[in-house]
Amino acid sequence: MRDVSIVGVGIGHWGELWNDSLRDLAVAASLKAIADAGVDRVDSAVIGCMSSGIFTGQEHLASVLGDYLGRGPLPVTRVESACASGALAFKAGYAEVAAGISDVVLVCGAEKMNDLDGSESTYALGTAADQEYEGYNGATFPGLYAMMALRHMHEFGTTRRQLSLVAVKNHANGLQNPNAQFQMAITPEDVEKSAKVADPLRLLDCSPVTDGAAALILVPTELAKKLAPGGAPVAVRGIGHATDTIALHSRASLTRLRAVEVSAERAYQSAGVKPADIHLAEVHDCFTIAELMAMEALGFAAPGQSGPMVERGETAIGGRIPINPSGGLKSKGHPVGATGVAQILEIVEQLRGQAGGRQVKGAKLGLAQNMGGTGGSSIVTILGA
Amino acid sequence: MQPQKYWREIPARYRLEGGRCKKCRKAFLPSRLVCDACGSREFEKARFTGTGTVHSFTMIHTPPSGYSGPYVLAIVELDGGPKLTMQIADCGADEAKIGDKVRVEFRKLTQVGDAGVLCYGYKAVLV
Repeated sequence: MRDVSIVGVGIGHWGELWNDSLRDLAVAASLKAIADAGVDRVDSAVIGCMSSGIFTGQEHLASVLGDYLGRGPLPVTRVESACASGALAFKAGYAEVAAGISDVVLVCGAEKMNDLDGSESTYALGTAADQEYEGYNGATFPGLYAMMALRHMHEFGTTRRQLSLVAVKNHANGLQNPNAQFQMAITPEDVEKSAKVADPLRLLDCSPVTDGAAALILVPTELAKKLAPGGAPVAVRGIGHATDTIALHSRASLTRLRAVEVSAERAYQSAGVKPADIHLAEVHDCFTIAELMAMEALGFAAPGQSGPMVERGETAIGGRIPINPSGGLKSKGHPVGATGVAQILEIVEQLRGQAGGRQVKGAKLGLAQNMGGTGGSSIVTILGA
Repeated sequence: MQPQKYWREIPARYRLEGGRCKKCRKAFLPSRLVCDACGSREFEKARFTGTGTVHSFTMIHTPPSGYSGPYVLAIVELDGGPKLTMQIADCGADEAKIGDKVRVEFRKLTQVGDAGVLCYGYKAVLV
């Protein structure tokens, strides 16, 4: 296995991008990453996308990306694992470089979600749950996470206010991210007065529907030394990947994200580090409760202690372990297939020292956690400066 | 909805017919080919009693297309059976709580297509 480094990043503004198609978004981010890396060739590409077929009617993204990048015979692989498609594309690209199959690999994540109306996109996202035994009975993603939240409150005393403070923090961070969908500060009262979605979750507990893409260039670390990228190369220190049941109800506990726990153990082990060594993390806050449960599964908080930790400000920029300095899915936006790539991209910018007003000072070791569905799949990536 | 997609789920949805692992007795709905607890591939048919306990619940205010809300959605642990996701019918936002006893009934879930084909399944009611 060869050591692998990230040498290029590409991302644009995320939001409701009526004028941009899926192919426009994917190609624009990819071109930026290629330019940032300073590479004169790409040997292979991987694109992560959850459901272009339902969202836009277009499958066969391998051909679309190769074609519109103007790199005709380029080998391209499309990867899907619901909302974890982006990080899984990264894992596939990493494996290809580490194994010596390719030297310069483009990893792109993209999703175009605003070509559908609200109830159609709710359906498209719902395909990441058990369609026959959750969706058929009227379950939605906010509904499934709401049932996790109620259990977390019941078992640990987690409060409505603690959930609100996750959204408040992530919006404060997103205010410093020029690419974020929502650049606005919110208060706990705003969250608690926003429209009811699935009790106890309200609109401002939920990540939005977003159009967006992000891209990275991966090369063997030996080759990175010969390039002149837009920032210092960032090493991939470890990756862990795991799955859990497709239906939430099949799990022994609704308050534990087993796939996140196992993927984190594997990532920590392959990187040779422990949770206390991590300087910052991007976690999959598709709902406020998801950030709390991810903190516990990643070992940043003991079971039930994530809420109090957020209340104490330990996860804010400047706190003990800043979480979601990018603004997270909540504020930055959640184009599902792009999210995992963008989380890793944020860690790269932080470790390069290029994160501007949201820079975590002295960040040398960062973690990104991306999951699909209600935690039915999870990828944890650890990067080092 | 194509008839075959609906038809093959009828035993589970209409009659709560699932499977039980012969080796470790774990209950599944629908039944499976492999037990995720012990790895056994030997199952017997099991019909669950239709009573259970609310493990968690929510009021859905933004239902998916084809479903009209608001309605209470719950994860119910069936007595002697698996946990399942189902609506609690005829239930207001403040009426359900964790630990409540329920009975599972045969109910209409939705209707699909231009012809409005009716789709049935299980829902819980508070007892």
